[in-house]
Amino acid sequence: MIPTSFAAAISDPLFAKGFGLAVLITILVKVVVAFAVLMVSVMLMIWFERKVISDMQNRIGPNRAGPFGLLQTLADGTKLFFKEDLLPERADRLVFRLAPYFSVIPAFLIFTVVPVGGVVTIAGHVVELQVADPPIGILVVLALSSLAVYGTMLAGWSSGSKYPLLGSVRASAQMISYEAVLGLTVVVVVLEAHGLSTRAIVDSQASAFWHWNVIRLGVIPFVLFFIASTAELNRPPFDLSEGESELGGGYHTEYSSIRFALFFLAEFMNTVTMSAVVVTLFFGGPDGPGFHVVRWLWPILWFAGKTVVFCYIQVWIRAALPRLRYDQLMDLGWKRLIPLALAWLLIVAGFVWSLAWGFAIIGGCIVAGLMLAQSMKVARLRRDELSLAGERGEGGDVVPALGSAERVGG
Amino acid sequence: MLAVATLPDAITFAIAAVIAVVGALGVVLSRNPVHAALMLVMTLFGVAVLFVEENAQFLAAVQVIVYTGAIVVLFLFVIMLIGVDRQERVFADGFNARRALTFFLGLAVLAEVLLLAHERWVTGAHSVTGKLHGAAANVSDLGHAIFTTYLLPFEVTSALLVVAVIGAVVLARRHTAGDEPTERPVLAAGEPGSGAGEDANSPALEGAPGGSGVDR
Repeated sequence: MIPTSFAAAISDPLFAKGFGLAVLITILVKVVVAFAVLMVSVMLMIWFERKVISDMQNRIGPNRAGPFGLLQTLADGTKLFFKEDLLPERADRLVFRLAPYFSVIPAFLIFTVVPVGGVVTIAGHVVELQVADPPIGILVVLALSSLAVYGTMLAGWSSGSKYPLLGSVRASAQMISYEAVLGLTVVVVVLEAHGLSTRAIVDSQASAFWHWNVIRLGVIPFVLFFIASTAELNRPPFDLSEGESELGGGYHTEYSSIRFALFFLAEFMNTVTMSAVVVTLFFGGPDGPGFHVVRWLWPILWFAGKTVVFCYIQVWIRAALPRLRYDQLMDLGWKRLIPLALAWLLIVAGFVWSLAWGFAIIGGCIVAGLMLAQSMKVARLRRDELSLAGERGEGGDVVPALGSAERVGG
Repeated sequence: MLAVATLPDAITFAIAAVIAVVGALGVVLSRNPVHAALMLVMTLFGVAVLFVEENAQFLAAVQVIVYTGAIVVLFLFVIMLIGVDRQERVFADGFNARRALTFFLGLAVLAEVLLLAHERWVTGAHSVTGKLHGAAANVSDLGHAIFTTYLLPFEVTSALLVVAVIGAVVLARRHTAGDEPTERPVLAAGEPGSGAGEDANSPALEGAPGGSGVDR
């Protein structure tokens, strides 16, 4: 029996009748099914990505193992598993062994709060089709994605080698920067949903597609979240941490065998789970028209379909866009995405309060944005003057260092 | 109302408490700063589990996001960048004034904790806002408390943080020859990432376990 104070804080209706054997079995089944589905989806995702990219590049792609090359991932996994596991001489042994798990475990856990279907009743118990429904659901996603930084960071540091370290320093600065954007856009969604639980967010968008957050909140928060999540996952075009042309593979250069496979697994699992989170936050999750035949199945199919669309878009972006330069990446994050996310948050909050406030805040944001743009323009002019002065040998020794990065890139 | 601890509650508490205490000991005892930072993560995680156990889910999430997700990451960042991860010889320089001061400060904090919590030192004091109402009460009650009763302290704290950020930017700014202190303030404030990116090259390598900055 659950004490009253405990039950009060749990929004999952599964515990409405207390905690018994049936509830325990339900939870176990949910966990096992989620694990299996996630593993299979990662396998298919890797195959899907390779196939789609090779299609876009006029190649055939994997086609030997199994029908259409479907079992290629399995073959690769087996190969990696039997390879020699190298431990660099200069590595920090403990942290080197620990780092892959910091990457994989958050990737698994994020999926637990994503609602994959509607609500069904099994043997008198109301069961939500998601592994867990904590009252702070979406914060769990943010917390776990901030934990994922450790995997990258420690992998690079503990390798005791230059390129991995540079890759991990890049990656962790990037992930911390874009987390701010991620958080700010989630706040916009929460303002409209009146709740942090992922189920509440999905329910608030139910019944019609114009209730989906992507339309209700304007398209901007969705675009910001999608860009930020791509950067958070270190996927192209934000994969500076791996940058094989500059860093020889980045933070996992020194990893081999099964530990490397774990990083690989985490990356693709994150792609799948972040697509699922985007669907949950902005596209109504399992919402969509159903039929009266097998009622529980349609929401799951809708959810899966939407998730596959976003996985496809991720692959498409990877095939289409070149990698950003590091200063471009930081400029994009701090000078464009974060101010825009903040302004949009204020505007949405104003409209939630009243129409007049909303328009007043739009005006204020426009004025503030113009002032910011003007001040940045003035600063850039002055910096250019200084670097010109530095080239002529008037500006001391530090100024050319500032200007040179600009000149090389521009 | 205080709920009677059930068996699952007790088991969860025991595991989380062990995690927190082992982590705390590890922070103090490990020689390597990176290991110490990881142990700190472990402690913070154990405390987050205890928060969930006490029905403060929001606080638990904030603890993980802010402390483990941002602050310890910054610790590690600094350790990696400036390469202070050579193993410290803790007892090398004998008993000095700083260590005595540390000892007495620790004692003072301990005494304060014991004095503040002397009545309910196991369960802690009752919450200021009173009982929670419903599933999402954590967030809404906290929001109400911060933005009504405690609005002034909240705003003062945020102003303090902004002042600290601006102060850090001003202190860390490069001084160039012939550059008056009042020049280029926007440039300094507008490039928070550039310092980490450009400076990563040479000093970063000091931080690697086998790098040049480590004595072995």
